[in-house]
Amino acid sequence: MSHSQSDLNHTEPYAEGRRGFITHVLAAAIGGFVGLVPFASGLCFFLDPLIRKRKGGSGDGFVKLQITVEALELNGDPQLVKIIMDKVDAWNTYRNQPVGAVFVRRVAADKVVVFNQRCPHLGCAVDYKEKKYSCPCHTSEFDLAGARQNKIPPRGLDELEVSIRNNTEVWVKFQHFRATTPEKIPVG
Amino acid sequence: MNALINWIDDRTGLKKLMHEALYEHIPGGARWRYVWGSTLVYTFTIQVITGIFLATAYSPSTTTAWESVYHIQNHMQFGWLVRGMHHFSAQAMTVLLAIHLMQVVIDGAYKAPREVNFWLGLILMQIVLGLGLTGYLLPWDQKGYYATQVSTEIMGATPVVGPQLQQIAQGGPQYGHHTLTRFFTMHVMILPGTLVAFLVLHIAVFRRHGITVPDPDRAPGVAFWPDQVLKDAVACLVVLATVVGLAYWKGAELSAPADPSEAFSAARPEWYFLFLFQFLRFEWVEHQGLAFGAIYLPGALMLLLTAMPIFGRWKLGHWFNIVFMMAMMVGIIGLTGLALKNDAKDPDFQAAVKQAHDDSERIKVLAERPDGIPLEGAVSLLRNDPLTQGPRLFARNCAMCHRYNGHDGTGREVVKLVNKERIPELPTATDLGKFGTKDWLKSVITDYATTFAPLSNAREEVKKHFGTDSEMAGWSKSHSQHWRIGANEASLEDLTSFLQAQGGRTSPKPNIDEAAVKRGREIFTSGKLAVGEFESKCTDCHSLKPRGEEAVFGEGGTAPTLTGYAGSDWLREFLKNPGHSQFYGDHNAMPAFGDRLSEKELDLLVRWMVGDFE
Repeated sequence: MSHSQSDLNHTEPYAEGRRGFITHVLAAAIGGFVGLVPFASGLCFFLDPLIRKRKGGSGDGFVKLQITVEALELNGDPQLVKIIMDKVDAWNTYRNQPVGAVFVRRVAADKVVVFNQRCPHLGCAVDYKEKKYSCPCHTSEFDLAGARQNKIPPRGLDELEVSIRNNTEVWVKFQHFRATTPEKIPVG
Repeated sequence: MNALINWIDDRTGLKKLMHEALYEHIPGGARWRYVWGSTLVYTFTIQVITGIFLATAYSPSTTTAWESVYHIQNHMQFGWLVRGMHHFSAQAMTVLLAIHLMQVVIDGAYKAPREVNFWLGLILMQIVLGLGLTGYLLPWDQKGYYATQVSTEIMGATPVVGPQLQQIAQGGPQYGHHTLTRFFTMHVMILPGTLVAFLVLHIAVFRRHGITVPDPDRAPGVAFWPDQVLKDAVACLVVLATVVGLAYWKGAELSAPADPSEAFSAARPEWYFLFLFQFLRFEWVEHQGLAFGAIYLPGALMLLLTAMPIFGRWKLGHWFNIVFMMAMMVGIIGLTGLALKNDAKDPDFQAAVKQAHDDSERIKVLAERPDGIPLEGAVSLLRNDPLTQGPRLFARNCAMCHRYNGHDGTGREVVKLVNKERIPELPTATDLGKFGTKDWLKSVITDYATTFAPLSNAREEVKKHFGTDSEMAGWSKSHSQHWRIGANEASLEDLTSFLQAQGGRTSPKPNIDEAAVKRGREIFTSGKLAVGEFESKCTDCHSLKPRGEEAVFGEGGTAPTLTGYAGSDWLREFLKNPGHSQFYGDHNAMPAFGDRLSEKELDLLVRWMVGDFE
């Protein structure tokens, strides 16, 4: 096969131009293709976090805090409470793990305000000291209501949805929001 | 565009480099026979690309290696394809390497002035084999674990420094986290890095001497680009199609997670090392010591290969090399074939392969449960699984006397070897494959003698008390005429429904007909059948407290209690102490397993036997 083709190639020089062009195109196309297949498959694999549909969690997304409304002083200092919930990490499922923390403050007899501890600037954990929240990383500051006190953070602290159940249980929809944006955009 | 290219070229000499790469002169024209080296470079490229992507998801530790590979294979986008390509391309590389080497020897391409390049090629071959060996362990599955154990043990048999070498490779006296981190580093950094370095040298030296052309006057010469490139590309396309096809239709295997406490009788090295495996199995090789078969002899063969360029100077040297090469190939293929043939006709190995396959399927079911893979690793899923452990426990503890549907629980025949002949070992107790089912109950009632016939192989008194000469056998025989009456079929159905309900088994899905159970209860106590009645009722010998009731039927004492018969509690207590007065009493001949098995083992065995697992 290869013999006759090569012979043809060299005994019929007039065919050289067109055949030569086809050879060029084919060599480049097939060569490119065989290189592209493993690379493209690998790239799709790498982009798995963007492509794969995550399984929706069960329930309404609210998690019960380990603190009750009664235990909170009205208009007192906010309490830092750990969020305990199940966490799925690749192939593992961790049951009842601390996955983050929130500041909880009672502002009325039956009203509680909850902030995610993560700073909306770049995701450090904010501290509470002397009637204000401040971030140890880049000195973001927020007042008791969560409003920003300087121009470092793009928005106020992220307030989370709260639901008081059975009169005294505090349930919160624990979410993270994208850092650096003026709007609250949920992550994941 | 041109300006940009010129700008870059001025500073890097790119054009000249490209020109050198693409316009190598090929005397005699492009040919298919020159594609092998390029396909090798191509498979290595596939390995580098897919390997880097796999490394982004692989986690080398004993509790995460298998788990991350499982995740790659079954959950990540295109994971099966990327891993499949990596897996099969490694094997393609070995095949292509053998072809490339044979061609070099046959064409005499190793002769002066190309000796150094031949040696570089041999080094590359060693690196490729090393990559195959280290990569085989990384999934940390049973197959890779046990096969690699053999390799590191061989390493340990190296004279003088063996034990030290082995510990360095393993990162300690036993396999553990550091075995994986070390093998991983070897596999993804040291070996590939070295391979690239030698490959650059190999290609550079190759370009220096040019291609070895058998008949340069065959046709006018051409440049590498585009004629030879096209042929190379087509060959690579065939390789790619083969690799992707294998990944799609066969799929890269992942056996059960590695478990040092769980023997893996299906252990074999990757197929391209099978010849060595077979060779080491010969008795006369074994006799010479492991170092001879696994180190000295392969070393001597490698030395002969290395010396080929020197032999090649002599008149008949080239022919000697070709004959040696061919003899080695025939030997390798012959040994591989022998290994496959031996395995194919070894029923124990086939059973082990089936068990390995069943385990790898079972682990998928267990890993997909809502709790997923526990933090201590997937291996614990199988260790705590009745369906996996039950048969093994049965084989180890029960199959000396009992059988399970004719085998030992795991699918193996129970045999003894007499002069290398497999002679079936006679059972001395009942076959428990159907224990506790309606079929079992029916056969005990209507044909006790056959069901308990294996007891005739046991001691005389066992036969007398429990076998064909026992009271129950007599009862069954004396009532056999009842079962020839068609109308009594329903009575038997009712009676066995009642007895089966006592065990309270949950699986297979109980199909309990309450009315039948009630009718069966009546037969059990009264002995009245549709036609005729039992001369001695069940309750004359057996006691039974029906499930969910308070009253106890019968006083028992002479026969095992039927309270909760064949259910998990009954079976557990029975296994712990069959000689208890509730069960076989003083005549008992069965060992008590209360001291032989842990509570957990007992639980796994019982749950398997009564079908209490998902």
